[in-house]
Amino acid sequence: MTSASTNDIEFRSVAKRYGSVTAVSDINLAVPKGAFVALLGPSGCGKTTCLRMIGGFEQPSEGAVYIGGQPMNGVPAYRRPVNMVFQQYALFPHLDVERNVAYGLKQMRPRIATAEITRRAQEALEMVRLGGFGKRRIHEMSGGQQQRVALARAIVNKPKVLLLDEPLAALDKKLRTAMQIELQSLQRELGITFVLVTHDQEEALSMSDLVCVMSTGRIVQIGPPQEIYDRPASLFVADFVGKTNRIPATVEAGANSLRLANGVGLAKPANANGTVGTAMVALRPEAISLVRDGAATLQGTVTHRIFLGSSVEYSVEVDGLGDFLVTADRRSLNESDLAEPGERVGLSFDPNALHVFPA
Amino acid sequence: MRAFISSVYLFLYAPIALVVLFSFNAGRSASEFTGFSTAWYGKALGNTFLVSALQNSLMIAFTSAALAAVFGTMAALGMERLGTRTRAIFDALFAAAIVVPGVVIGIATLVALVAVFSFVNPALATLWPGDQPPQLGLGYGSIIAAHGLFSMALVTMIVKARIASLGRDIVEASSDLYATPLTTFRLIVLPQILPSILAGFLLAFTFSFDDFIIAFFVAGSKTTLPIYVFASIRRGVTPEINAIATLVLVASLLLILTARLLMREKKSKSGE
Repeated sequence: MTSASTNDIEFRSVAKRYGSVTAVSDINLAVPKGAFVALLGPSGCGKTTCLRMIGGFEQPSEGAVYIGGQPMNGVPAYRRPVNMVFQQYALFPHLDVERNVAYGLKQMRPRIATAEITRRAQEALEMVRLGGFGKRRIHEMSGGQQQRVALARAIVNKPKVLLLDEPLAALDKKLRTAMQIELQSLQRELGITFVLVTHDQEEALSMSDLVCVMSTGRIVQIGPPQEIYDRPASLFVADFVGKTNRIPATVEAGANSLRLANGVGLAKPANANGTVGTAMVALRPEAISLVRDGAATLQGTVTHRIFLGSSVEYSVEVDGLGDFLVTADRRSLNESDLAEPGERVGLSFDPNALHVFPA
Repeated sequence: MRAFISSVYLFLYAPIALVVLFSFNAGRSASEFTGFSTAWYGKALGNTFLVSALQNSLMIAFTSAALAAVFGTMAALGMERLGTRTRAIFDALFAAAIVVPGVVIGIATLVALVAVFSFVNPALATLWPGDQPPQLGLGYGSIIAAHGLFSMALVTMIVKARIASLGRDIVEASSDLYATPLTTFRLIVLPQILPSILAGFLLAFTFSFDDFIIAFFVAGSKTTLPIYVFASIRRGVTPEINAIATLVLVASLLLILTARLLMREKKSKSGE
């Protein structure tokens, strides 16, 4: 673990229990200054609990959360140098946009001059491209605009850390993509540490520079997005982050080989993780190419085809192994034609693209 | 069916309409309309007993409603923080306070007050340094206490409904933006629940102003407007009584209408 001064946030052996229910346990996490970290996991995995412990809305039952090297146990939310963008925005309905944004600045002690507050609130609204909307009522703003007001209300205070609780969940797909880019550039511009909670793996991979995958109250893998995707630490991560094909297999001890459930033998891949005996093998859909070659490792019949423009998704019923998902470049077979449902095809892949996990 | 419904409404409202009509009667009779006049209103307002009863009623209604608004709101806010089971118990208790008949509340309050007085007064007498210890007894205080206690349940129910629709996240957002709990209450919670507190206050005021039963039990020698009306009715219904009744009716309707408007306005706003 790096020293506290270079980390904006640190969880040290944190656990949170509600009565006899353990929400999270054994959380150790260090977020470097200026990083964009994503807490990724399915609902109920404890990611929001972790975020709320940084914000001060929950206190850990065990261990401590450090912000800027300071232990935060017992420090209430209103004394923490962090701000949060709430999932439902939580804007104050009785205040106009500018007063919402200025709210935090007005609470700061020593007091900030009114003119300065107004200037900074305007500046924050400009930053989220809402200049001129200051006098609007909250209910006159669209969902996307409300989201940006919530963002402005948080960043105007120049917090050490900005917390984002599924901030894009309520937006439509197009707006969401636009906001993802906006958030990323905003983060670089401000140099503030961002902590994003999301259940959307695409969002986590595309925006953050550190992904922390959580499952049932524990951290299962921390790393840069590419590492999480390319070298998943467990079958859960492989499944949750990106799409994956699961193949039951056996790793024969001593013999340097891997036998798939349909009897096909392969050279033992580099990513075998020392597994011996029954295993589960994960294979990314884009690591497979379709070939018209009867000698390919696996053979199967195309059952469905989804044309996605630049790529094509195939469902292939592989002999003895069941359904496979294959994502192919549209020109993978040849220049013009795609495999038709019902067609016999071969599946070829580099054995080193296989990830082997204990079953 | 329509005739049946009409007759029900007729039965409900015709007597009230007659009261209003006869308050403008020129003659003394309560059964024969002899001409339009507002003389009885002048007479009613010139009656010093009546005016002092009216003043008592207004003072008691205002004080008890104000107390109910303050303590009812505090109770509503406090109940937010209770555990689910404890809150369910208090919810039931508050609902019970509203449905218990006035007679029962009146008797119960009277018995309770007399018991407390018989315990406190001797104690005060021994502790008091001077010669003339204060004597607690039935009067304005006891009516205010009884009305305040009842209408506090009313205010609590109304304010609680509003708090429930408020959502916890704006309170957390305020706290996240460096506001202490007190500031959060002042700047965020209070402005949003104020209309419901006012609505509760107005309903409490109306209740206290109109109440006869509870007041009758605990008033001691004091007279409120409903008690005065009840007493004077024994000497026969005069158009003067009709005039008072009409005034009270109009005032009550206005207050209740305002209360409903306050509650509805907030609801439609939060529904957006």
